[in-house]
Amino acid sequence: MSKEEIDRKWYEIGDFFRRNSLWLLMYCTGCCAIELPPAMTSAYDMERLGMGPMATPRQADILLVSGYLSLKTLRRLIYTYEQMSEPKYVVALGSCPINGGIYHDSHAVINQLDQYIPVDVYVAGCMPNTESVMNGFVDLMDQIKHKKAVGWKKYHENHDWYKANQIQSLGEIDVHDEFHE
Amino acid sequence: MTLIVNILVGLGVALFGFALQTSIGGINRRVVARLQKRVGPKWYQEFIDIFKLLSKRSVSHGWIFDFGVIMALGGIIATAMFMPLTSSFSAFGTYDNFFIFVYLLAVGMLGMAMSASGSGNPWASIGVMRALTTMLAYEVPFMIVVLTIIKLSGSSSLTQIQLFQQAAGHNWFLIALPIGGIVGFLALMGMLGKKPFETYIAPGEIASGPMVEYGGKQLGMLFIMHEITVFIEVSLFVHLFLGGATNIFIFLIKYFLVYTFANLISNVNGRFKIDQVVKFFYKWPLLAAVVQAVIAIYFGWVI
Repeated sequence: MSKEEIDRKWYEIGDFFRRNSLWLLMYCTGCCAIELPPAMTSAYDMERLGMGPMATPRQADILLVSGYLSLKTLRRLIYTYEQMSEPKYVVALGSCPINGGIYHDSHAVINQLDQYIPVDVYVAGCMPNTESVMNGFVDLMDQIKHKKAVGWKKYHENHDWYKANQIQSLGEIDVHDEFHE
Repeated sequence: MTLIVNILVGLGVALFGFALQTSIGGINRRVVARLQKRVGPKWYQEFIDIFKLLSKRSVSHGWIFDFGVIMALGGIIATAMFMPLTSSFSAFGTYDNFFIFVYLLAVGMLGMAMSASGSGNPWASIGVMRALTTMLAYEVPFMIVVLTIIKLSGSSSLTQIQLFQQAAGHNWFLIALPIGGIVGFLALMGMLGKKPFETYIAPGEIASGPMVEYGGKQLGMLFIMHEITVFIEVSLFVHLFLGGATNIFIFLIKYFLVYTFANLISNVNGRFKIDQVVKFFYKWPLLAAVVQAVIAIYFGWVI
């Protein structure tokens, strides 16, 4: 076997571990967060798929964006996303990250999350029920298995485009205030 | 030549401890899931978690941060090498004194403290401070009980303490010193970081404390270190209080029961604040340990 084939085999073995142990960082900004307690506790039991909540961005694999993002929260979301260790995936719940949802005409809320950070799985609905949230996680596992969950690579390749969008909306990404020095 | 064989056997013991505790940790996640009316993960879930973490990319926060992780893992593996598994099997023969574990465990803990402080995150500093405070709290009553055991059995070697309990006419120290046994178990809960004394991890409060800045490979190494630490602590309890083991199957049964019992208690409890932990350990377990020592040594009332 050539070196590329060996590398690919190793990566496939790594993918088996990665898709069976997805740790969530829950960034609960909107009302869709209420679908997560039944997904974690005895009703749907996320842990049987190897998933579970984690405390900090460094430890997590999935950034779970549940609901609308105002400009202030978007800035923190970008900080959080860039802190996570790779490979990292983004799951967006509800219709707000897709097209703005019921906040589509608000001056303080962004409409498409995909313009700012790459999203791997959308779970549509306002709000999606818990079955579809679980289905979204299973879809993400399928994508990892078939090597389609490459959002974190896209963020590297199209870094300038994402940064330009972020700066256009936020003006300045790194804010210098007493909380971030 | 025998030294090399001994070191290889010792590394085997550390590896066995890692595999044992990781499997039993996974089984315990299922047990806890049943407690909460869930199904729970696969029994080898913890292996998947660790290998996943080792397969991820991670950032560094300076060489202290990286070196401390390696020092923690190395120190803990060095400690586990001395652990006797049964009363007749120990990698380094007679070098299984109780105080070896007390001193060498501190190397791993200090490595982790150094590394966490090197990350520069304030949550990590708070977590390390709380971990060392908790250590100071549970070690005093635990050491009094263990010194009583050493006085009664006339030796501080773990193998000799096991043989003393297995000899005819003697009971396990959990039965012979019932108050001391309870104190020992409370101290074990503190060592394992189980729930009433989980103050220094506290994921919802200080974002998992010392582990806050770790991700990827460093976190994977810390998980391996944690599993081996749990193996050392639970084995110490089995050898000191439960009469050790004459063969490996009895050891596995006792180990599983002790760890599962601690885990079940952990999952029906809330979390103490750090001052409550210190006050608790310095009030009841310390008093009980002193009373037990006086009863056992001066009055000679041993069941």
